[in-house]
Amino acid sequence: MSKQYKAAALISGGLDSLLAAKVMLEQGIHVEGINFFTGFCVEGHTAAIRKKQQDKPKRNNALWSAEQLGIKLHIIDIVDEYKDVLINPKHGYGANMNPCLDCKIFMVHKALEWVKDNDFDFIITGEVMGQRPMSQRKETMPVVANESGAEDLLLRPLCAKNLPMTKPEKEGWVDREKLLAFHGRNRKPQMALAKEFGFEDYASPAGGCCFLTDENYSKKLVDLWQARSSRDYEMDDIMLLKVGRHLRPKPYYKLIIGREEGENKFMQGYTKMFTSIKTVSHAGPLCLVDGATDQDDLEYAAQIVARYSQGKNEDAVTLQINKLETEPYEVTVEPLTADAVKQDWHV
Amino acid sequence: MSEHRLDARRLLCPMPVIKTQNKVNELQTGDVLVVTCTDPGVLNDIPAWCRINGHEVISSHQRDDEIDIEIRVC
Repeated sequence: MSKQYKAAALISGGLDSLLAAKVMLEQGIHVEGINFFTGFCVEGHTAAIRKKQQDKPKRNNALWSAEQLGIKLHIIDIVDEYKDVLINPKHGYGANMNPCLDCKIFMVHKALEWVKDNDFDFIITGEVMGQRPMSQRKETMPVVANESGAEDLLLRPLCAKNLPMTKPEKEGWVDREKLLAFHGRNRKPQMALAKEFGFEDYASPAGGCCFLTDENYSKKLVDLWQARSSRDYEMDDIMLLKVGRHLRPKPYYKLIIGREEGENKFMQGYTKMFTSIKTVSHAGPLCLVDGATDQDDLEYAAQIVARYSQGKNEDAVTLQINKLETEPYEVTVEPLTADAVKQDWHV
Repeated sequence: MSEHRLDARRLLCPMPVIKTQNKVNELQTGDVLVVTCTDPGVLNDIPAWCRINGHEVISSHQRDDEIDIEIRVC
């Protein structure tokens, strides 16, 4: 009986990785999925936090893909290790703070470690040549294979025929003739293949689940680093960048103001880590204060928070200020006018 | 066979799934794990993880803002 070869598939939850794994399964390869959690794969978090979006499905697309394929999925937390990729990308950033090429190299390298530890034979990804401007170009795809250390153990089933032969092809573990030659940004071939395999309801063909490609998110991250004079972050930092409106009235402090009930509730969990302000006399948002502030700053912050409350047009709004390790106290302030909330405060 | 508990409150998916996965990997077949979470996404994600990895969801209970999911390691 011939050996059944084993492939670790990088499963993002998008269509391409789903198809790549299916192509391998069709060739009798044993496939298990690996999904890396960087902390920026926050696709489902907005829905989880914001009450208004609670009607949207909250499924994890990587798990959904694995279930469709009938394969195991290993979700691996790489939040800490990923910091170095984001902070010091050898190949630089894309349009925003997305270090796509370094990210892909790192993930393939981690997958290679997993393959060795688990006695698997090779790695597959759903990459398609020419589909992404940074990591999926003809010039950069060999860079991923080389710098990750995977070399010819990295097989891209969807575009393998456009690339040099890999070990699984040379050794006959897989049949190269049954691999594909997709290229470019046209998604129709993938959609046709999905139909052929009977996949419906897959995640958006545009793919991508990384908030580092988002312009607004990236601006908030850069602002965080500038304010702290340090290109570093913790998990809580990157979660809070997803929540609320961020205003920086002074360089040394920022206000995170909840936009709706779900966000206020989520931010409540951070009130033991940050000074917080909430309205008492009127319905209004919860605000977290990030930075070192004095009494005057907090009263001014209270005026700003009052601006976003139901009492914004009143003469006076009472708010409670909760500083860490001190008793909460109330202040009554006049809400700032709309004009006084400067546009350039918004991060 | 023994019962274990895991606190995954305040974590957003997929972290509760990752914590569950890592805890289950430490347990023996037949052990029961009760995971307490606050992200309603776990109602889909933890059962999905159990299905694809061959473990059994015995029950899930939602009370106020917390969800308990009881898993038997298979």
